[in-house]
Amino acid sequence: MFKKTILSVFVILGFFVNVHAATVSIASGSVGKDIQLLREYLDLWEQKTGNKGEITSLPASTTDQFAQYKIWLGAKNSDIDLYLLDVIWAPQIPQHFVDLSRVARKEAKEHFPAIIKSQTVGRKLVALPFFTDAPMLYYRTDLLNKYNESPPKTWSDLKRIAKKIQDAERQAGNDKLWGFVFQGNAYEGLTCDALEWVNSYGGGQIVANNGKITINNSRAVNAISFISTFVGDISPPGVLSYQEEESRGVWQLGNAVFMRNWPYAYSLGNADDSPIKGKFDVVTLPQGSGRGSKSAATLGGWNVGVSAYSKNRQAAIDLAKFLSGKEIQKLNAIKGSKLPTIPSLYQDQEILKVAPFFATMQSVLKEAVGRPSAGTKSKYNEVSKEFWTAVHAVLSGRKTAEVSLADLERRLKRLRGRSW
Amino acid sequence: MVLPMLLILAWVAALPLYKSIYYSFTNVSLNDLATFDFVFFQNYLDYFEGEWYGVLSDSLWWYSVYNTILFAVISVSLETILGTLLALIIHSQFKGRGIIRATILVPWAIPTIVSAKMWAWMLNDQFGIINDLLLRLNLISESIAWTSNTTTAFFTIIVVDVWKTTPFMALLILAGLQTLPKDCYLVARVDGINPVKVFFKVTLPLLKNTIMVAVIFRSLDALRIFDLIYVLTPNNETTVSMSVYVRQYLFDFDRFAYGSAASTLLFLIISMLTISYVHFGKLKLN
Repeated sequence: MFKKTILSVFVILGFFVNVHAATVSIASGSVGKDIQLLREYLDLWEQKTGNKGEITSLPASTTDQFAQYKIWLGAKNSDIDLYLLDVIWAPQIPQHFVDLSRVARKEAKEHFPAIIKSQTVGRKLVALPFFTDAPMLYYRTDLLNKYNESPPKTWSDLKRIAKKIQDAERQAGNDKLWGFVFQGNAYEGLTCDALEWVNSYGGGQIVANNGKITINNSRAVNAISFISTFVGDISPPGVLSYQEEESRGVWQLGNAVFMRNWPYAYSLGNADDSPIKGKFDVVTLPQGSGRGSKSAATLGGWNVGVSAYSKNRQAAIDLAKFLSGKEIQKLNAIKGSKLPTIPSLYQDQEILKVAPFFATMQSVLKEAVGRPSAGTKSKYNEVSKEFWTAVHAVLSGRKTAEVSLADLERRLKRLRGRSW
Repeated sequence: MVLPMLLILAWVAALPLYKSIYYSFTNVSLNDLATFDFVFFQNYLDYFEGEWYGVLSDSLWWYSVYNTILFAVISVSLETILGTLLALIIHSQFKGRGIIRATILVPWAIPTIVSAKMWAWMLNDQFGIINDLLLRLNLISESIAWTSNTTTAFFTIIVVDVWKTTPFMALLILAGLQTLPKDCYLVARVDGINPVKVFFKVTLPLLKNTIMVAVIFRSLDALRIFDLIYVLTPNNETTVSMSVYVRQYLFDFDRFAYGSAASTLLFLIISMLTISYVHFGKLKLN
């Protein structure tokens, strides 16, 4: 009898332990120290809840990452409970995710309404914001001071300053120095970069929200042909194969005067082992020239969605809320210089002390340019590929901007067919 | 014994093939593989409002076919020539032959995805060892971006593929060499015929069958080239191969059915090339 009681107590206890300790796995890309930081946040969550969190890491290229997600989700894979999603993905595949609009009604109100809206399809809230993203122009304060220059306001300023410093420094023996690095590889990142160039010249979106194909215009041609003169002159020819991390590699070794990149490179550049620690700052990206020119930044950002095929739905939702909550967003801002999606954090003194540029980022985010995923729906990926291919052809000198954008317009019309 | 094997073969080979052919006549999306409509040949060819649509009307598809065939012809030719030379060398008697034979196989034994990534780092324009070496030797005046430069990208892929697969060719040809009758060579030596002539008049004709088989193996492999390109020059249109094109439509874009159509065409092209090659080879052999 006694034995039986003991046994049943153990059984019941065991049952409880099983119910409460769920293992939740989360899929994430691996740019910079993303994985390392995510691990730290999961540890905090584990301590708090007694659950376990596991990371499945994916390639740094978001194009590859999304393809893998679609394969898993299409196969209704239940091994992954949470997915970190680029801002443009959720609207393309909403059916694979749990609706969070009810379970996270309170939490959703804390974030920028525009970001919540970007993750909402119909009435379904597909994902909760983890951080938002807008690129900046990184510049070397030491080099600009040395040559008596201030940060460039326009792309032609940037070219002039970069050229001047690059030539002078190379003459002085610093022969690995380049003027400007960006993301020129043929992938989603080039779409972001080139969308900024086109927008900064007032060239509009690739496809307008109403579905009209607008890319073949003279301002877009001016923008892309001007930037293409950088390659081999102030930008290394290899920039045509750089993604974020390759450009950061050149920059962080101290071999570039300017870099276009996302905020994550800020904390990495100021790390103790970084050769350029304390020698750089950031400003908004340069403007184009002519009418309608302005500084333009492509809106990025990552969100966390709960898989509809998860077997640990409750725990997964809890982790999603935890990751998008104030505590983690603040940590992520301080440790990873990731932009929070909670407005009050932009006045947080602890954050501003580590990353003073956050004070200006709120206005940049307000003006940020979205990628044309609204107008093109599930064909967005293909539109983006056509766009980056057309731009890549100009950067590598295979086509002129006029010819390439005219070809692009034709291919996009073909792609649209009857409708987007 | 035969029946279970046939069943397994049907399950792993015939079923997927049948499915992708089946999907190619639908408008299925990767998002939901259960619901679709039949569109018959629209994924292959379709005429709508004065424009042709479908894989067969896409210039990029035909460019990828051209690229793949060009790649296969150049790389397999180089590998055959180098592989034969290598086989002749390791066939001869010398000290440490066993170790040399084993080390030669290393490039082929490394998984392609690993060796491709290794090459990607070595070829990097900023921190790559190859540029560093060439710069120090004064062979080039500034770093070359091997994989992103449109003129060097294709050539780079071929070089890496040759590095990787020549050992495989050498191995197959070496196996052939070891079965050749020794008396022919004795006779040739007694008659005092020069070695080059012996190679072309004796070795090569006897090796023909072996080389034919090796070339078929390699060509089939080369026509499916994917991993090297995917790692070294992903998304670069100048090096797009049929498999790369297919994967892009299947998984990157929301066009699973269109991708299936392209993969069906890939299957047809490779089988046609193989059949004609075997046929052509037989005629010659007889």
